[in-house]
Amino acid sequence: MAVRLTERGFSLAAHHDPSDNSDAQSSGLDRRRFLGFLIAAPTLAVGVQFIPGLAGRQAADASIITPPEPEEIFDLGDAQDLAAAPTAGLITVVVNPDGTASFAAIRTEVGQGMTTAIAMIIAEYLDIEVHQVSITLADARPELLLNQLTGGSNSMRSQYTPTANAAQLAKQQLVAAAARKWNVSPSALRTASGTVIHPDGRKAGYGELATLAAVTKTRRVALPEFKAKDRAEFRILGHPTPRIDAYDIVTGQKTFCTDIQVPGALPTMVARPPTINGTVVSVNNTEAILAMPGITDVVPISTGVAIRGQTHGQCIDAIQKIKVTWGPGTVDSYSDSTVLSALVAAEPPFLVPPVGDLTTEGAFTFYFASNTPLEPDNAIAVVTPTSAEIWSCLKVPIDALQDIAIQLDLPQDAVTVHVAEGGGSFGRHLFHDAATEAVEAAQKIGKPVHLMWSRTDTFRQGRTHPMAISRVQATTLLGNVVTYQQYHTDVQTSFSHGLGEILTATAASLPIVGNFTFAETIFLLSQSSPYNFGVTTQLLNEIPLEFNTGSMRNIYSPNAVTAEELIVDQLAAQFGQDPVAFRQAFLKDSRVLAVLNKAAEVGNWGKTMPAHCAQGIAVHSEYQAAVAVLVEINCTPQVVNRKVHNGYTGPRVTKVLVVADPGFCINPLGFEAQMIGGVEDGIGLALTASMHLQNGLFLEGSWDNFFYTREWNTPPDIQVIITNTSSSPSGAGELAVAPTFAAVACAYARATGTMPTSFPINHGTLGFTPYPAEPSTPQSPTDGLKYTF
Amino acid sequence: MPTYTFILNDNQVSVDCDGNVRLLWVLRDILGVTGPKYGCGLRVCRACTCHINGLAFNPCSVPVSQIKPTDKITTIEGLAATDPTGENGLHPMQEAWLKKDVAQCGYCQPGQIMTAVALVKELQSEGREVTDADLDKIRNICRCGTYYRIREAIKAGAKNM
Ligand code: FES
Ligand code: FES
Repeated sequence: MAVRLTERGFSLAAHHDPSDNSDAQSSGLDRRRFLGFLIAAPTLAVGVQFIPGLAGRQAADASIITPPEPEEIFDLGDAQDLAAAPTAGLITVVVNPDGTASFAAIRTEVGQGMTTAIAMIIAEYLDIEVHQVSITLADARPELLLNQLTGGSNSMRSQYTPTANAAQLAKQQLVAAAARKWNVSPSALRTASGTVIHPDGRKAGYGELATLAAVTKTRRVALPEFKAKDRAEFRILGHPTPRIDAYDIVTGQKTFCTDIQVPGALPTMVARPPTINGTVVSVNNTEAILAMPGITDVVPISTGVAIRGQTHGQCIDAIQKIKVTWGPGTVDSYSDSTVLSALVAAEPPFLVPPVGDLTTEGAFTFYFASNTPLEPDNAIAVVTPTSAEIWSCLKVPIDALQDIAIQLDLPQDAVTVHVAEGGGSFGRHLFHDAATEAVEAAQKIGKPVHLMWSRTDTFRQGRTHPMAISRVQATTLLGNVVTYQQYHTDVQTSFSHGLGEILTATAASLPIVGNFTFAETIFLLSQSSPYNFGVTTQLLNEIPLEFNTGSMRNIYSPNAVTAEELIVDQLAAQFGQDPVAFRQAFLKDSRVLAVLNKAAEVGNWGKTMPAHCAQGIAVHSEYQAAVAVLVEINCTPQVVNRKVHNGYTGPRVTKVLVVADPGFCINPLGFEAQMIGGVEDGIGLALTASMHLQNGLFLEGSWDNFFYTREWNTPPDIQVIITNTSSSPSGAGELAVAPTFAAVACAYARATGTMPTSFPINHGTLGFTPYPAEPSTPQSPTDGLKYTF
Repeated sequence: MPTYTFILNDNQVSVDCDGNVRLLWVLRDILGVTGPKYGCGLRVCRACTCHINGLAFNPCSVPVSQIKPTDKITTIEGLAATDPTGENGLHPMQEAWLKKDVAQCGYCQPGQIMTAVALVKELQSEGREVTDADLDKIRNICRCGTYYRIREAIKAGAKNM
């Protein structure tokens, strides 16, 4: 640690950098071994199976000043990559007789652009155009076991190499077919955009060759040596590419789960208890409800009373009239204040006791926040005594399939689970709550259902990001930070979606010693301080309250990073240093330092700001990516107090600059979109978006209650700069949330002169009139024609 | 059961249903027109936004009994036909959406586009350009946080309308 005293301001680049992936062959692209197959089909179908290899990253060497934390040498994405490997099955690329290619992705598309990125990889390595690739989402495939999970931002990292291998194998087979046809050596031929070209200029289209290359018996083939292209050679990868589903979206043709029509699967909604996880004691007017227009069925299920009808509107009408005696829920005695007390009581004492002036500390409260996407949870279930067929947006479809098989007491192969495209996820679709309910309702009713949650259900009974306290304490000595402790205490985060089994299965491979719980493992894998702060301790402590929790565009980072960055600003002030200069002095990762420097330069850090306005800056490194966010905030009274009917205004973030280094960026256009989305989330978490718990019920029931960022909160100026420093792609979906949240918090502290300690900052006042607890879904208005424009 | 008739995307349609059913469910559950999305049923999220006689409205909050036989309802599916001057016969606003690659999950986007078209038309009738203050008034939720690109697309699309 003493080294710090003399080395301030030196270049960190010379130090061991655990996330340096500059050598693609040894890190991102060649870590697993693959087997190639030609699959019996009327056209060319190739498969690639990936088998265990070595996790490529070596443990950091001993020259590091602050010992590396687990996340730095082995992060959550790595763990998932490795966990996926031993059990992975086959992925296939089919070249169709019309020259297009098809691929059933084993990841779920929820808006993050995964299908577009996969299409780009295939187009690049097969040498066709992106629009010639069609991507569907694979049904749950139990043989893939744990590899079929979309979470932890690992999609791109784990899909890149197998997909590229499969596309390259398909191209090799097409060239070989052309070589046979023309009786020349394959090496004499070249390809260009869907055709194989003879040296004399003759051409053969992929479609024609695909039929020639078809095989009648599946067999294993040697995979061509995988030549990861040099970045400069890429024709498609790394170039901004619009989403492949954009046309369908703007014309209203994209089919989300809510839009899927299965014969007989009538709209079904659930009248729900007035407190979280309440139960049905009795339904007291079933006959009257059945007599209502359109209603076909009313049955109690584990979570409420399922009502099936001709239209959703009639189900909502029935929810207004149903009379149910409810049993208690699981957290009826809890409100915000009691959960807070429980968290405080559970906080362990710091290992290093405070030492007067040498200690800087802060405790930060983060309230519950809803992870509901815009498309409400929904699922279609067709259940017979011997089979079940389910459609839903599921990020862990295998987990759903296995649970549903148990639920129905059916063998797994009697259950088919189709993965629908989702209107967002943000962590919600790691779970299959709606599918479980749909299956129960379909079985009890004896008819197919399309069960949909109402908006109010999604807030009040749906999963939330758990409430947490992050307590930070740093000790300084002679201009150095010698200890840094961060204890994060939260309401237990549920990981019942199989991610748990994944890591449990690979626990032996994780470079973590000791008996950590699963959540602690995730915490340690995903959190790490990017600073040289001497002896660094970060711990997670969870209290087992029975809320329905889950991740929300990241698990711990947004809260943990915000707490840390606020304390970093405090330390800078204590040292009489500018926040950027302080970070430059203490950051230990060269990539993080580089994005910070770029942000400070482009964002004109330190420029004079008007009164009540300020800049804020924060950095973050996760999933082997580095990101810096610089924001400007306006906290002038006229802005803070501006009025929007039924809306929350408050301080306005006027400008955001994101500088991100994802390693290699597959699609800059898509990546930028993910950064922008993360920015909006971060702003909401800092300023406006939370849930208020009162006597076992969340009060929020609509988007005019849960103040996710709206147009009037959105920054009119957002700029994203992407730097590519390696060949290894990393996750994007969650990356910008934490540093934006932190930067906004830091800017707010500087603009107002007061460091916020409770988030979002508006949580203390309830800015809306809550809907009553019953009916659980409020009636739709009838006066819509008064508000045309 | 009563029958309700109206003009949907230039075609006359009739439905037999209870008059209290909100138009959104008539469109989605009875007619199978799924471009307008459910996001709240409370006239809050605006994912269901459509046009009635050229003006934006939220069919989740209008009983079908209030719709007259002469009313022209336009959903996202019928928008292009009202001004097919964009590329590939799309509406200029849809084209702008493609050019800016606005959508993420896409669930809110039909409603966003329908709102944008009505807003621009309203401003044009007042002889005004789109300002940031006008964009701040849009209430449509985008949970994926595409607001910034939405703003850029509206400004671009307005130029071609
Ligand atoms: S569904 Fe109509 S406004 Fe939300
Ligand atoms: S694009 Fe997903 S809600 Fe707007």
